[in-house]
Amino acid sequence: MEKTTKSFPISHVIGFFMSLLLTFGAAWVALQTSLPMNTIIWIIGSLAVTQAALQLYMFMHMNEGEDKAALTINILYAAFIAVVIVAGSIWVMFSGHSH
Amino acid sequence: MGINWSEFFVTGDPLILASQIAIVLTSVGAVAALTYFKKWKWLWKDWLTTVDHKKIGILYILVGILMFFRGGVDGLMMRAQTSVPENTFLDAQHYNEVFTTHGVVMILFVAMPLLIGVMNFVVPLQIGARDVAFPQLNALSFWLTFSGAMLFNISFVIGGSPDAGWTSYFPLAGKEFSPGIGNNFYAVALQIAGAGTLMSGINFVVTILKMRIKGMTMLKMPMFTWTSFITSIIIVASFPIFTVALALMTFDRIFGTHFFTISGGGMDMLWANLFWLWGHPEVYIVVLPAFGILSEVISTFARKTLYGYKSMVISITLIAVLSMLVWVHHFFTMGNSSAANSFFSITTMMIAIPTGVKVFNWLFTMRKGRIKFTTAMLWALAFVPNFVIGGVTGVMLAMAAADYQYHNTLFLVAHFHYVLIPGVVFPLFAAFYYWWPKMFGYILNEKIGKWHFWLFTIGFNLTFMPMFFLGLDGAVRRAYTYSEETGFGPLMLTSAIGAIILAAGFAVLVYNIYWSARYADRNISNDPWDARTLEWATASPVQHYNFAVLPEVKSLDAFWHMKKNNEIKTLNEDEIEEIHMPSNTWIPFYMGNVFLVAGFFLVFEWTIAAAIASIGIFAGLIFRSFDYDEGFHVHKDEIIKTESSWRNVGKGVKNHVS
Repeated sequence: MEKTTKSFPISHVIGFFMSLLLTFGAAWVALQTSLPMNTIIWIIGSLAVTQAALQLYMFMHMNEGEDKAALTINILYAAFIAVVIVAGSIWVMFSGHSH
Repeated sequence: MGINWSEFFVTGDPLILASQIAIVLTSVGAVAALTYFKKWKWLWKDWLTTVDHKKIGILYILVGILMFFRGGVDGLMMRAQTSVPENTFLDAQHYNEVFTTHGVVMILFVAMPLLIGVMNFVVPLQIGARDVAFPQLNALSFWLTFSGAMLFNISFVIGGSPDAGWTSYFPLAGKEFSPGIGNNFYAVALQIAGAGTLMSGINFVVTILKMRIKGMTMLKMPMFTWTSFITSIIIVASFPIFTVALALMTFDRIFGTHFFTISGGGMDMLWANLFWLWGHPEVYIVVLPAFGILSEVISTFARKTLYGYKSMVISITLIAVLSMLVWVHHFFTMGNSSAANSFFSITTMMIAIPTGVKVFNWLFTMRKGRIKFTTAMLWALAFVPNFVIGGVTGVMLAMAAADYQYHNTLFLVAHFHYVLIPGVVFPLFAAFYYWWPKMFGYILNEKIGKWHFWLFTIGFNLTFMPMFFLGLDGAVRRAYTYSEETGFGPLMLTSAIGAIILAAGFAVLVYNIYWSARYADRNISNDPWDARTLEWATASPVQHYNFAVLPEVKSLDAFWHMKKNNEIKTLNEDEIEEIHMPSNTWIPFYMGNVFLVAGFFLVFEWTIAAAIASIGIFAGLIFRSFDYDEGFHVHKDEIIKTESSWRNVGKGVKNHVS
């Protein structure tokens, strides 16, 4: 708390507006266009990944840390969680005859 | 907004009417007592605005015990209803509500607050810190949990209880099949409480990583701190999934989306998938800190260093990883591919390996130890055989093919009660008896404690052991009644009698707290159990700044070695420096209240009112952003005065009570 930043948090503001843009863009593609389902899924999926990367840099201080080991652990952890939740859910929901 | 006031209060049931009257009388009584004894200022200054991790811990425990009473009454009502065939004590709807609230309350508002309460109290003391990393966030965590608990709790008298089970599976939990507002309570109250839990998780990860005392490397941390650390990581990994699932549920129920509905292209089983992606790690969130408690208690009362410390650390880490990879075993019968069912069957069985390692480590810790049979130790000893029954039946359930037989029967109910009661409740009781002197400066009565122990363990086994056999005979869970021809009657009655004994055990605990608060000896030392970790190096009850001078740690069981090597120093007044502590704040308490009001409006689908109330949330955020309170310093005089009051006491102090 001793060091209070005086400068305007410009990267946060840019990140915030970019995030809004990407979110509304995804909503617009999904709701307002008549593209085929597959294309829509690919577009909004890419927008989601872009936004995740953007937020990691703009808000989550990913490029600021000194500790490389901690960064590696965090990325491995995040990748593990993402694979389990996303790939795991897709596998579980579509592999059987549940629907 | 079209409020139907005649449906606002739940009416027409004498049990609920009695509860409504009791709630009003208790509230009036509490306000009257606070006013009569002029305690409002004390309540505000010492408790509602506190950021002290010890007081927040005690508040969590208080909430947990109160909710334990509520969840316990739900359980007793279920056992009463099923005690004889064709009973009419509860109707089907009321039974549905009762088993739903029993499950939610016991997991989220009993196990979680009690464990997070113990973590709050113990972890900073064990690592030699003066508070958690973010004290104000910690207070916010508590008040959000409290708001969630209260919002969920009032559902049965105002608006109607949720009634789709603690898992609230779609499509039943959706608007199509549960049109009332009951399930909104589930979606909104758990969202608020879950946000609080997530903040706690972040707080403890940072606290344990960054605030350890000098010399305490990761592998010199006490085992309870280790399990709390791993638990916090699982919280951070899994609670966001629940947040998202609940948000989608709220959209479906209140704003008409179709994520989980049958109509409109929703996927009902996606709810089950997301629920258990959180729900299974949640099991380990409650059981791992409990394992940590057992490690401390067993090591202290066997008077030996924990056997296999490193294998314990590896085991809990493996349990944490595997806990994220087993969720499908909750719905093997969904109709998955055999590849998926086999995969999750194997990962589930694999969890038995690190858990088995832990059980053997505890047994080897006790081997050739000079065991002291205190009440805390009795709970730890009873844990081993009872939990093994739960664990072994778990491996039976893990076999996907066999699960088609056990699924949704009382066998499953017996299994998870054998895991959660010996695995979480027994260790929590051990924690109460063990750390009570550190929290309040007196020991809970050991003799009454033994009554508590025997009544509770016998009652527990009598309640749940029959359910294994009932389940194998085909008795399904969540059925409000059964016919006489089924032959379930005698075992169901045995179970109901067991539940009464179980409840008597809980009543003895409450009596023990009352008795000990009034009559117990206050003249005990700071280390009544001759214990091993740093929390016993400071006063009982702990002074608000925890440690006057921070000790340096050289080994595992740091305090034990300090005692053995005569390294405990008398207080040197020159060494004392002013201590920087965080100030009290009203913001977390205020935020809890605004969330409660906004959440209440959202439950009733008064969206405009909820939007207006949530302005208060943003107001709180803005206040916090411009809050430049830098805390305060505890002066040397005060520290010297406090320290000499407990360090230099003369005769009559009971050093080793047990």
